[in-house]
Amino acid sequence: MITLHEVGKKWQGEWVLRDVSLEISQGEYIGLIGPGGSGKTLLIKLMTGLVHPDAGTVTVDGQNLADLDARGKEALRFRMGMLFQNFALFDFMTVAENLAFPLRQAGELEEAEIAGRIQTALGEIGLSHAAERYPIELSGGMKKRVSFARAVIRRPPLLFYDDPTAGLDPVTSAKIFQLLTTIRESGDTTAVTAGHDLRGIRRLCDRVAMVGDGSIVHTGTIGEFDDCRREPVASFWEASRAEGWG
Amino acid sequence: MMEWLKVVGQKSLAAIREVGRLAELLWRILLNLAPWRFDGPETWRALYRVGVQSVGIVVITAVLTGAIMVIQSGMYIQQYGAYGLLGWGAGYSVLREVGPIMIGLMFSGRVGANNAAELGTMKVTEQIDGLRALAIDPVAYLVVPRVVAMLVMMFLLVIIGNFTALVGGAITSQLILGVDIEVFFWSLRTYLEMADFWHGVGKSVGFGFAIAVISCHFGLNVRGGAVGVGRAVNASVVGSAIAIFMLDYLVSFVTI
Repeated sequence: MITLHEVGKKWQGEWVLRDVSLEISQGEYIGLIGPGGSGKTLLIKLMTGLVHPDAGTVTVDGQNLADLDARGKEALRFRMGMLFQNFALFDFMTVAENLAFPLRQAGELEEAEIAGRIQTALGEIGLSHAAERYPIELSGGMKKRVSFARAVIRRPPLLFYDDPTAGLDPVTSAKIFQLLTTIRESGDTTAVTAGHDLRGIRRLCDRVAMVGDGSIVHTGTIGEFDDCRREPVASFWEASRAEGWG
Repeated sequence: MMEWLKVVGQKSLAAIREVGRLAELLWRILLNLAPWRFDGPETWRALYRVGVQSVGIVVITAVLTGAIMVIQSGMYIQQYGAYGLLGWGAGYSVLREVGPIMIGLMFSGRVGANNAAELGTMKVTEQIDGLRALAIDPVAYLVVPRVVAMLVMMFLLVIIGNFTALVGGAITSQLILGVDIEVFFWSLRTYLEMADFWHGVGKSVGFGFAIAVISCHFGLNVRGGAVGVGRAVNASVVGSAIAIFMLDYLVSFVTI
């Protein structure tokens, strides 16, 4: 369903990702882990077509992103939802307007249906009281929940979560992962989750890929990661456990 | 020597890249304009923000500009007793040059700078990527409505500005030079042609388009956080001012 074949990306003349190959099947939940700055966000942006690779190919649903024109990419992104690390909420819209925006742009639903769906989404993320607030009036955890709700409100089959619990306390992190798990259980979705929270990734994902030194250093199931003694996987896994993330 | 050549080469490449990006944005704007493929509600909001909220500042600037034109020419008018030419002199310069340029510069400082800052902030906070991730083209949703609004509103603001500048000039000529308002407007009607009016208004549409494209370009290409946004605003104002004078020179050269 999503295939990266020998993908590379340069930043200011230097390769920051090189020879990255990864296959994600339909219905699979994969976690991307690795140290900060290792390229997890970049990988997600490559998969969503927000960034173009300098080498290799990215294929989503059998379509090479490089072959798609702007309209083709838009059509594909209609099937995607993305939770951004830094929320990316529209600061000139209220929470309710942020959630309504993708639905209104799609133009498939009546206003009454949109209002109903927003009420449901706000209830699910526990923010019914904050519908008329602007993003600047929300805490980090609340922004994350709104960003999550906006990503999934069109019920897209392909989901990308970029560090869904970055900077959040353990209780809020657990709530976020509970929401992600609920989405997984409620339908046929495929998801890529980047992050450090191994406890959450353990609960949510079928498989994990570790990014390091600009490439994927190891992929496997959670069990295989537990048993892996190869560096730098073992050190990262152990350090994450010691920090309480695993 | 080699170091110097390297710097020149890098600057030239950067300038070419900038022009290329500007041309690409222009092309994407045109693609979204025909067929009509941009957000209606966002266009109405932009028309209000860009136009209605600029009327006050334009009126103040225009009234003072008209008054200054009369005061500056008043000395010579009195010296030669050519009171019947006062309306023509003030009207000719206001309608053809001073009005569109003053309002254009004011517009680029108020609306263009605001536009570059807004888009720049959206870029650094990933809101532009957020739009793209939701399958919404930022050019169609954010840029084209702003371009349309700036084009339409610059046209209307220059008409309002021209009118208020002439009223300001007429009142000043009555108060300071004792020239009757009716004589001022008689002079305007007798010696000026509609072509003089359309010359300035036509240029203003070009100014509005240039300010819109330049401010959107610098806003969308911000890099480096708050400092980058500041740089984009600065570049937008400077670039718009240069574009206004270059367009004015070209139009004057062609239509003379």
